[in-house]
Amino acid sequence: MPVTDYHQEMAFFVDMQRCIGCHACEMACAECETNGQESMIHVNYVNRAESVQTTVQVCMHCEDPACANVCPADAIHKDEFGVVHSANTSRCIGCSNCVLACPFGVPKKMEEAELMMKCNMCYDRTSAGKKPMCATVCPSQALFYGTREEIERMRPDSVPVNSFKFGKEEVNTKVSIMMPKGTHQLIVG
Amino acid sequence: MNRLFRTLNKKALIKAIIAAVLVIALVLVGSRNLQNFDPALIAYLIGTIFAVFGIAYRYSIWLQRPPTRLYWRRSMQFLFSRHFIPYFLRSLRLFFRNIMFQRFLVYRGRRRWIGHFLLATGCMLAFAITIPLTFGWIHFILKPGDDTTYYAYLFGFEAGSFALGSTLAFIAFHGLVWCSVLVTVGAVIMMKRRFTNGGLIATQTFGNDWLPLILLIAISLTGLGISYDYTFLGGKTYQFMAVTHAITVILFLVWLPFGKFFHIFQRLAQLGANLYKKEGSRRGMAVCPHTKKEFAAQIHVDDLKKVTEKLGFNFGKEDGTSHLDLSPEGKRSALARAHFEARKESGHFFG
Repeated sequence: MPVTDYHQEMAFFVDMQRCIGCHACEMACAECETNGQESMIHVNYVNRAESVQTTVQVCMHCEDPACANVCPADAIHKDEFGVVHSANTSRCIGCSNCVLACPFGVPKKMEEAELMMKCNMCYDRTSAGKKPMCATVCPSQALFYGTREEIERMRPDSVPVNSFKFGKEEVNTKVSIMMPKGTHQLIVG
Repeated sequence: MNRLFRTLNKKALIKAIIAAVLVIALVLVGSRNLQNFDPALIAYLIGTIFAVFGIAYRYSIWLQRPPTRLYWRRSMQFLFSRHFIPYFLRSLRLFFRNIMFQRFLVYRGRRRWIGHFLLATGCMLAFAITIPLTFGWIHFILKPGDDTTYYAYLFGFEAGSFALGSTLAFIAFHGLVWCSVLVTVGAVIMMKRRFTNGGLIATQTFGNDWLPLILLIAISLTGLGISYDYTFLGGKTYQFMAVTHAITVILFLVWLPFGKFFHIFQRLAQLGANLYKKEGSRRGMAVCPHTKKEFAAQIHVDDLKKVTEKLGFNFGKEDGTSHLDLSPEGKRSALARAHFEARKESGHFFG
């Protein structure tokens, strides 16, 4: 078995306002070997009829993942580093519960393969001390993987936030998004 | 020990005991009060009874989880509805397609499907041969005065015969040899993936991913050893071959309810999930308030709201709607818009 070298001080920071919709991350994501060369990252227009705003979404790796809780097959697990892994391929029954329950809209159902797949933060790379593929290619640094000190130095007017409110539910995550200074939580609605 | 009994799930325990007793009853009835039972196979029988007990126990616990229970109830409700015939036929077709032939694996990789298909077919054929033999349901005899014809008995009734030395006899007597070859080839293909695929190398564990393959190969090789012994060695190493094979098979049986092999039984739920999706789309699709497109069955969204609530999640909003009413794309857009608004309010979009 390979030796795991996961750098706990490294973290993922997302700033959707920096996304320019170039799809470079999608291409890079398909290089991640844990995805089987399927791109798992989402890039989409927020409201194409009104604006050119695009958004990028990786798995936020929730502290108490809704996807894992609603999985009837116990196929999704969170490891000791807080990484929520893609569905265990031998267990997943392709029911799509996780796809519909994830508050961030992350998991994908591969219809023909009867399998849920999602971003697992390039575990083949991060478990070997490397950066996730998407973060290495993002030209606008909407996706950044590094230490908290690095991001604070680069974005002096922003602060990483990893708490979200969806309806009455508070969701805390391993991945942070960059918010204006003084913000502690993003209330989605 | 007392603590162990106190923590046992009573419902599951009762079901597991019933399942184990049922197996014993089937052995007694099928072997005609043990008169056709082969005592040499007693260890395999005990291992099988334990496996049935463990599988029934874990399956029962598994079905008690809110999402699993919901799927189970809905599957039964939809199957035994006025659409019974089309849904039964659909499930039967999918049973052969996805359980017997595991065709859905082709879309995960052709070589992967070939490996899994060989491995699974070998296992299923081996079960089909060994379980009736272990339970005493099938036995073979030579009739007095006729030592060239072998007679097969099923549940004590004559079911067929074949001439010793015939092609049919060769195929039948070596049934488990063919199974071993299928399992070994399949397991080696699956092992090769685990040596070469970077994603698998990063995520695999010895207990969950390697041990099952090693165990299957060990069972196959020790089984082949028995055939090799009586074919080429005149039975000189029979004791060793028989004992090592029994040890590997019983380890497999005892481990069935706990480890990776439990997915064999979980996989049947895929049929229920398919039925749920089919009936759900017939009843009506949910339309995402953001994208204005259909994205899932409305019943699925509604059921999921109940399940998440039971699990302690509350995605409900003040206006009575729910965050779960949104499609995945709608959720991503809602997040991006909230982020945009927060940035806008602060007066700086970047920084």
